[in-house]
Amino acid sequence: MIYAKTAHELHQLLIKGEISSKEVVSAVLERIDGVETDINAYITINEEALAQAERADRMIRDGKATPLTGIPVAVKDNMSTKGIRTTCASNMLKDYVPPYNATAVEKLIEAGAIIIGKTNLDEFAMGSSCENSAFKQTKNPWDLSKVPGGSSGGSAAAVAAGEAIMALGSDTGGSIRQPAAFTGVVGLKPTYGRVSRYGLVAFASSLDQIGPFARDVEDAANLLSVISGHDPLDSTSIPGKESDFSLDGASVKGLRVGIPKEFMTEGLDPVIRDAINRAAQLLEDEGASVKECSLPHSEYALSAYYIIAPAEASSNLARFDGVRYGLRVSGDNHTDMFIRSRQEGFGPEVKRRIMLGTYALSAGYYDAYYKKALQVRNLIKQDFDHVFADFDVILSPTTPSVAFGLGEKVDDPLSMYLSDVYTIPVNMAGLPGLSLPFGFNNGLPIGVQLIGGLWQERKLLQVGKVLEQATGYVPVVPERGDR
Amino acid sequence: MGYKTTIGLEVHVELKTESKVFCGCSTAFGQEPNTQVCPVCLGLPGALPVLNKKALEYIIAVGLALNCEINEDTKFDRKNYHYPDLPKAYQISQYDKPVAKNGYLDIEVDGKIRRIGITRVHLEEDTGKAIHGEDGSYLDFNRSGVPLIEIVSEPDLESPEEARLYLNKLKNIIAYTGVSDVKMEEGSLRCDANISLRPEGTEEYGNVVEVKNMNSFRSVKKALEYEEIRQAELLDMGQEIVRETRHWQETEGYTFSSRSKEEAHDYRYFPEPDLVPMSISKEQIERIRESMPELPDQKKERFVSSYGLPVYDAEVLTESKELASLFEDIVASFNQPKKVSNWLMGEVLRLLKDGGQELADMPLKSEDIVELLKLVDNDTISNSAGKVVFEEMFKTGKKAMVVIEEKGLKQISDKEELVALVRDVLNKNEGQVNDYHNGKEKLFGFFVGQVMKISKGKANPGLVNEILTEELNRLK
Ligand SMILES: [Zn+2]
Repeated sequence: MIYAKTAHELHQLLIKGEISSKEVVSAVLERIDGVETDINAYITINEEALAQAERADRMIRDGKATPLTGIPVAVKDNMSTKGIRTTCASNMLKDYVPPYNATAVEKLIEAGAIIIGKTNLDEFAMGSSCENSAFKQTKNPWDLSKVPGGSSGGSAAAVAAGEAIMALGSDTGGSIRQPAAFTGVVGLKPTYGRVSRYGLVAFASSLDQIGPFARDVEDAANLLSVISGHDPLDSTSIPGKESDFSLDGASVKGLRVGIPKEFMTEGLDPVIRDAINRAAQLLEDEGASVKECSLPHSEYALSAYYIIAPAEASSNLARFDGVRYGLRVSGDNHTDMFIRSRQEGFGPEVKRRIMLGTYALSAGYYDAYYKKALQVRNLIKQDFDHVFADFDVILSPTTPSVAFGLGEKVDDPLSMYLSDVYTIPVNMAGLPGLSLPFGFNNGLPIGVQLIGGLWQERKLLQVGKVLEQATGYVPVVPERGDR
Repeated sequence: MGYKTTIGLEVHVELKTESKVFCGCSTAFGQEPNTQVCPVCLGLPGALPVLNKKALEYIIAVGLALNCEINEDTKFDRKNYHYPDLPKAYQISQYDKPVAKNGYLDIEVDGKIRRIGITRVHLEEDTGKAIHGEDGSYLDFNRSGVPLIEIVSEPDLESPEEARLYLNKLKNIIAYTGVSDVKMEEGSLRCDANISLRPEGTEEYGNVVEVKNMNSFRSVKKALEYEEIRQAELLDMGQEIVRETRHWQETEGYTFSSRSKEEAHDYRYFPEPDLVPMSISKEQIERIRESMPELPDQKKERFVSSYGLPVYDAEVLTESKELASLFEDIVASFNQPKKVSNWLMGEVLRLLKDGGQELADMPLKSEDIVELLKLVDNDTISNSAGKVVFEEMFKTGKKAMVVIEEKGLKQISDKEELVALVRDVLNKNEGQVNDYHNGKEKLFGFFVGQVMKISKGKANPGLVNEILTEELNRLK
């Protein structure tokens, strides 16, 4: 099946002329036709995809192919795409068509990738199950009664189900890694500042980062090297960092691996604990040393995150007022129009976080909440600094459990928030985190997380590659409804 | 009862960088609405700000000109509020780490220097503009994102006149640094005032009233004078002053309440996560300090010490950067500073004022004025003819010699010609000559006048005096 192949496999076929990009795109579009009614991964399919494939085929004929040329890539619908509506899965932006491309999207297009469509998410990336989308419920391709995770659930499900070869997501507190774990694909949240945020509709600016979904580590590395790099349009993107994530000679000999003891407590599903221990054993077999480490302040990460992220969100989302674009509900005066537009435009979780954040920044509460949260954030960073003085990478669960049922946590925001408990500290410290598929339990994928120091993506990917080799990992796309 | 007035001013000045403060759009004034916009200054989803380095240099220059400390660690914050002309619903501004703080400027009040503290100078972005038409309201975002600095004074001003003097001085200093046009009419300088009154002899400040919507320095003064009287009357009646914002109504000349301070916004400031904190190095500050032009006070002192001008002249000449440099250009080729000063302060400023013009509108170059001054100095034309010639030059842009030819104003300094003219006058006025010799010496002036009359004002007056004396003596 063409749609089940990795991008690097397809790349070989493309440059040898054994297949055309048009055929690849057609195969993926057919697959979408076959399974999308079950999965609901997409909000919008790009009608220009086949035309883009023709351009990619020309690039290949001209010998200008990059590893991504002709490869269908799905893009989370919170990244600005010129001429293709960008909804953030919100009624507020239901009909908003941006006049410009996000830098990451622009880089994909330059590399000859095909933007196959825009994927579903929790509204404005706020959520962990895609249940907060205003439009549709994406389902887990491995079990349609389970959530795909979130907020980048559409991108994860698309890659897992063969509706895209790879995808872009964004990760503010785990929004790439958690759905990657739930759907059995590779998901990477890069170091803050590695990938330009220009054109990513901001949720929490100091935490948001765009990153890749792929079916194996090599694809994730290739996609990262295309989208990363300094962008003069994003002041928080950092210049002078390498963009070579080559996996040649990947080895873990002598690698010092730490497992945070705070992550291996009661809240963790035993099947995931077993997976971590198996992974640790494999790494030791390959020559690494594995020891317990400690992140003492990580237990406060979730609370601090739910101050900082909503605070920034309350300000970032204030611009949706019906004046210049997006939903406008008329009112008696402009204030009335603001209020009505926002009342109708935003869903309940978005409103909840706007209220939380507004409260946390209010005069008289700033010091008690926002400032305190920033202090906690610093302590969390220091924890990681201490660990990385003695260790090269951290091995941990990505999520406390495998994918949970649709509707299971929808009325209990706190238990929903807890599904990001192992991923949030990584965002708070600005570090890279990689979630790898690591077996199944009762047909549902398990994910393990590798966390590295700042700018250590290459190391993470190399460790991931070693684990893939040691387990004899072969990407699988679930047998599903090819009608 | 007598009251003491306390005034503090908040002045916003648009910087004249070529592009906006956080995007590459042009800042040109008066263009078609919404033609100078992009995703960033329209606040489109996903767009991010990038600081214009020039704007930072400019505000540092203003900070230095106002004797401020420059914060080596500075950052931007978000000021959150909803308004249709504010596209992101927050303004990128500075809260607790302004670029510059703790400065001052000196004003002269009744011959005494008063030092007015500058609390802070910070950088922010301007908003768009609402245009209200009969069929609805429209928004123009060309101004959105134009760099703006806010200069906050200490409450050191004690009268509306001091406020006016402060504004004049501030405008003058900023104009010298060259970073802004500082034109209140075009909105590149805007001023809000805080004013409070307290009974004479007491220490505690009264309740502060903020006054907005003044569109000239004169209206700032008038609005504050109005407020002084309004508040004093209320206090006299034993009433309390309400802490509030009041709008100045220019045509009718009164203020009215527009918002009470109790319902003032909570702006929920927090550090702008889309911009990284900045560190301004000592080297950068020194580099900007060294490249700064001479400021008005320094220039004034130099005009007194190196040109020997009276303080008053130096003050007037340095009030505008353009006038001061015109003066220096002229003196460079015509080294009689006081004469040049008289000419500029007299003729040039008078003609500009009469025409409601600015120096930039004058069609003459410094060398044109030098030429004229030399022609007066070497007696080619008389001083009074010089003034006539200058007025014509000023109005038409013609060169001095051209005007003199056209008007036939060349001075007669030829001795024989003048002797002939004098003799002619004396011959025609024998009676007066006799009277003169009989002691009516006042008639000397009459003879001079007659000579000037028949020469159509062109006779060289010095020579006429000389010759007339000789001729009268000869006739004795
Ligand atoms: Zn712009």
